[in-house]
Amino acid sequence: MNIVVCIKQVPDTKGGVKFNPDGTLDRASMLAIMNPDDKAGLEAALRLKDETGAKVTVVTMGLPKADDMLREALAMGADEAVLITDRRLGGADTWATSSTIAAGLKKLDYDLIITGRQAIDGDTAQVGPQIAEHLGLPVISYAEAIKVEGDSVIVQRQYEDRYHELKAKMPCLVTALAELNEPRYMTPGGIFDAFDKEVTVWGRDDLTDLDDANIGLAGSPTKIAKASDKVRKGAGEKVALDPKESVEYIVSKLKEKHVI
Amino acid sequence: MDFTLDKKHEMARQLFREFALNEVKPVAQEIDETEQFPRENVEKMMKYGFMGIPIPKEYGGQGCDVLTYVMCVEELSKVCGTTGVIVSAHTSLCCDPILTYGTEEQKQKFLVPLASGKKLGAFALTEPGAGTDAQGAQCKATEDGDSWVLNGSKCFITNGKEADIYIVFAVTDIVEDAKGRKSKKFSAFIVEKDTPGFTFGTKEKKMGIRASSTYELIFQDCRIPKDNILGPRGKGFGIAMHTLDGGRIGIAAQALGIGEGSIDATIDFVKERKQFGRPIAAFQNTAFQLADMKARMDAAKYLVYNAACTKDLYQQDHKTSYSIEAAEAKLFAAEAAMAVTTKAVQLHGGYGYTREYDVERMMRDAKITEIYEGTSEVQRLVISGAMLK
Repeated sequence: MNIVVCIKQVPDTKGGVKFNPDGTLDRASMLAIMNPDDKAGLEAALRLKDETGAKVTVVTMGLPKADDMLREALAMGADEAVLITDRRLGGADTWATSSTIAAGLKKLDYDLIITGRQAIDGDTAQVGPQIAEHLGLPVISYAEAIKVEGDSVIVQRQYEDRYHELKAKMPCLVTALAELNEPRYMTPGGIFDAFDKEVTVWGRDDLTDLDDANIGLAGSPTKIAKASDKVRKGAGEKVALDPKESVEYIVSKLKEKHVI
Repeated sequence: MDFTLDKKHEMARQLFREFALNEVKPVAQEIDETEQFPRENVEKMMKYGFMGIPIPKEYGGQGCDVLTYVMCVEELSKVCGTTGVIVSAHTSLCCDPILTYGTEEQKQKFLVPLASGKKLGAFALTEPGAGTDAQGAQCKATEDGDSWVLNGSKCFITNGKEADIYIVFAVTDIVEDAKGRKSKKFSAFIVEKDTPGFTFGTKEKKMGIRASSTYELIFQDCRIPKDNILGPRGKGFGIAMHTLDGGRIGIAAQALGIGEGSIDATIDFVKERKQFGRPIAAFQNTAFQLADMKARMDAAKYLVYNAACTKDLYQQDHKTSYSIEAAEAKLFAAEAAMAVTTKAVQLHGGYGYTREYDVERMMRDAKITEIYEGTSEVQRLVISGAMLK
């Protein structure tokens, strides 16, 4: 069985957040970690490897320094690592990211793709399901538990105060929650071996099934209006109007804030 | 001379740091109070390969280097001196001599389970009448058919009752020189726990590293297979001394970690503690003392890392000597740790004297590093001996 795990190197938001002038994250200057949901996905893949002898490949789209995170994944027990990196891919929103990663995945053999539910920087939870759409695969998200049975996966999907149990035939994609498991530590020997391995690096030109219109900042439909560190909530605005004017006022405010 | 660590060593340090903070630190105070051997954490360390870091993969180890092993002991010791010495004694004093002197059969039978984290090791040289004067040892081993029979006792043995495999030193011959002067010849033996005739005596009640299992070992007509002799007969003393050379690098790393840990704890405290309307960190006396503490532990760090890297050269060429580097590292790091932890308690004021804060335990833990695996006096003998040859 071939398992591909998509992982993302994210800023450790515990250390504060920094922005570029265009509103995108200044990743290079922040302390970087493997996204927690993704790490749980990797651990799930490694447990399946322990049980079934599956091959685990990790893939990431990121800065060259994402190589460090790939080494960490190899040191935990992943077999191969792929880094998709290119200046032209930078500033991507979820659409551009998922288009790019899907193009990369098309070059790999997979029975099961695991991604994290969401990244602690973007917090959109869109990329995993979007990748499934690009690849025409069934997707089960919010996995609390993953089991493989023959040619299918059985997933416990988190749902408010209960869970759903879903079955999908492979190939398919599952998005993992950090609560899925307790990821293993690396081993010292694993670390040494990880740095002896070769990481496959793909630039934009190595991804053939990909349109320039769908990559990077230019290919991102999402436009960032404003980005800032957490702002303290103000006291709020108090208005005294009659009911009809109040409704009009509230609706205009909701439109202004893009809620509707 | 590049003093920066490469990526893989940095990542290894991160691993040890994370493990120490998540698994070891939360129980450090408790195990010190209860004197209970941290078996659960030792089993976790066994699972993740921390108990065979510098041992080659072909013998069940991780295939890393001495520097990586030293960083492991250092990071563990920053939060718990006991946990650091458990790894150090097992690796340097039990795994290493079998790797260096063992036959292929002995390596497969004993080193593989030790390095792969299935068994715990210990080293038994010290006796009531033989500390620094190791030659004063009286434990005897006599040949009898296809066995060696051990009689005697050992004391102050780290990992004492918890270990599975012990390196035991015993007198095998008494030789006379031309002038009729007698001297003892020692040999090294591998002894497994639960061998009939091998029992445990007193558990030591210690000032520090209280959760470390420190026991008396008793041998009464204890029979071990002939093949369990480690290295050549009569060469035991040399084996012990060579093994201790490596062991003192591990203890130097333990001392380094303890000292560094006390500085980390003190920085947190002095930023919080307010007197005279401001954090005491604002007073130059406090700040300058911290500067001195850091400079001293950083100096110790480079001596320790240098000793580790020199031993790594020896592991490759089996020639490079590292005795002096190891002795300097241990001498300096141990005395630095004692001084720095004492200052750390002082900077905590009255609170530093209570068990609610970690520094009093760190100070109690630091003391032993000046004593075991060669007292500071012995290190001075080694260093000056080489200088004045």
